[in-house]
Amino acid sequence: MSKQYKLTASLGDQILRLLTLSMAIGVLVLMVWMGWQMFDTARPSIQRFGLGFITSRVWDPVKEQFGALPFIYGTLVTSFLALLLAAPIGLGVAIFLNEMAESRFRAVVGFLVEMLAAIPSVVYGLWGIFVLAPWLKTTVEPGLAKWLGFIPLFQGTPVGFGMLAGGLILAVMILPTIAAISREVMAAVPNMQREAALALGATKWEMIRVAVLPYAKSGIMGGIMLGLGRALGETMAVTMVIGNRPDILASLFAPAYSMAAVIANEFTEATYDLYLSALVEIGLILFGITLVLNFFARLLVWSVGRGPKGGSIV
Amino acid sequence: MGHTLSVRQLEAWYGSNQTLKGINMEIASNHVTAIIGPSGCGKSTFVRCINRMHETLPGSKVKGEIILDGESIYEQDPVVLRKMVGMVFQKPNPFPSMSIYENVVAGVRLNGMRNKKTLQDIAEKSLRMAALWDEVKDRLNYSGMSLSGGQQQRLCIARALAVEPSVLLMDEPASALDPIATMHIEGLVRQLKEDYTILIVTHNMQQAARIADSTAFFLNGELVEHGPTSEIFTNPNDKRTEDYITGRFG
Repeated sequence: MSKQYKLTASLGDQILRLLTLSMAIGVLVLMVWMGWQMFDTARPSIQRFGLGFITSRVWDPVKEQFGALPFIYGTLVTSFLALLLAAPIGLGVAIFLNEMAESRFRAVVGFLVEMLAAIPSVVYGLWGIFVLAPWLKTTVEPGLAKWLGFIPLFQGTPVGFGMLAGGLILAVMILPTIAAISREVMAAVPNMQREAALALGATKWEMIRVAVLPYAKSGIMGGIMLGLGRALGETMAVTMVIGNRPDILASLFAPAYSMAAVIANEFTEATYDLYLSALVEIGLILFGITLVLNFFARLLVWSVGRGPKGGSIV
Repeated sequence: MGHTLSVRQLEAWYGSNQTLKGINMEIASNHVTAIIGPSGCGKSTFVRCINRMHETLPGSKVKGEIILDGESIYEQDPVVLRKMVGMVFQKPNPFPSMSIYENVVAGVRLNGMRNKKTLQDIAEKSLRMAALWDEVKDRLNYSGMSLSGGQQQRLCIARALAVEPSVLLMDEPASALDPIATMHIEGLVRQLKEDYTILIVTHNMQQAARIADSTAFFLNGELVEHGPTSEIFTNPNDKRTEDYITGRFG
């Protein structure tokens, strides 16, 4: 048995430890407390509607009927639409900047792309109202209806304000996150890996496919998931373009509503306790969905990062 | 069969720094040619010009001619050229997301080969040539990263051989390895010259003496002397070669 030695920490280090420990615990306490508070406030609504709250499509404050399904639907559809558009484009931007562009061009474009993340969401919303929605109404939606109208997603009257607008604006907003993170993890791929592929007679694209993307894939997944997280919680820009109507319609052109948007819009109008309680329950569900998606994202990142037996990537 | 290489007035730059100055050199087929010289003498740049890897670095430039089996390499598509001129790097660099088997056939797959049986045969043949088959045959689906450094380097050699090049470039292939692993690689190089023309850059003069048929001494971007290994090491023509060999500098 070897003797155990205990390092005697100086007083300063002990204070530092206590200080940082209390900060770490503080964050945890805050989170649990918030969760509890939300649950407590939402309790009347939970007791009244039970599971029916998340399966009901009726949202009628006048008749005291509350169902969250339209909001859950609106949030999920716009977020996944955003992901579907932003993930390939963000990855493409990252590949171009990292592997193809001249270094000067790379610096300028990289900076501009990251600037997109700095624009306040209300500004995106204004752009959505005055530019994106009218353009969707007059050009994109009629075009989609004409060519892809046999799919229910692209049927109906072009309105401009709706899930398509919400998804598009979210896509623009999460694009810089995905591009910046993908670019960073791709820049971290050792040059040796690229040379290994090139020396075997790989073209540029084959080099990217064989050496760069597999090496960076768990980081890229992480970036996409971070983008999804941002899309799920985004409030202002979405509420300005989604149409704010609690309906579930198959068409992407149709107005809809999102969870974050309904909370922000109706909070001040919640004139009685059950109404308020229902809104808080929606917040609780949003919280839950984010947690669950993050859990699966972690699982995904972990499983793609594992690689073949006996070794791990990176 | 290996192919002959002839290098004519080769010059190379990296930024404003000229790393190769008018190199003329004939490289015999099915020979092991060692490139020796102190750090920064241009020996790595030299082999990296032969598979046109040097050009992939930003700010690099090349002038002159390299003739591979009667054809100028600068008139060929580099992607095609690199299938004929394989390369093994200083540090083992297997693809970490791939298994041992997938690593070996990575290049063959890039060429469009999909037949499973053929791929398995190529993998076995290449691993046997790289003297690694017996050590890995029961765990081909394990990660290439699960192997030791020396095994990883032989895996990289197998990966290069699988594409069936005619020339094999080795840039200090044993410098990151322990003596036993180095011995393995050296034994391998002696066998491989039956089928390939081999250029090996080395820091280690004993290594050059042990495995090379001919040796070229580079200094400050110039080829000082090139001849049969025994002659270079026992009776060099140039004073600078002698000084380097006897350890007076470098």
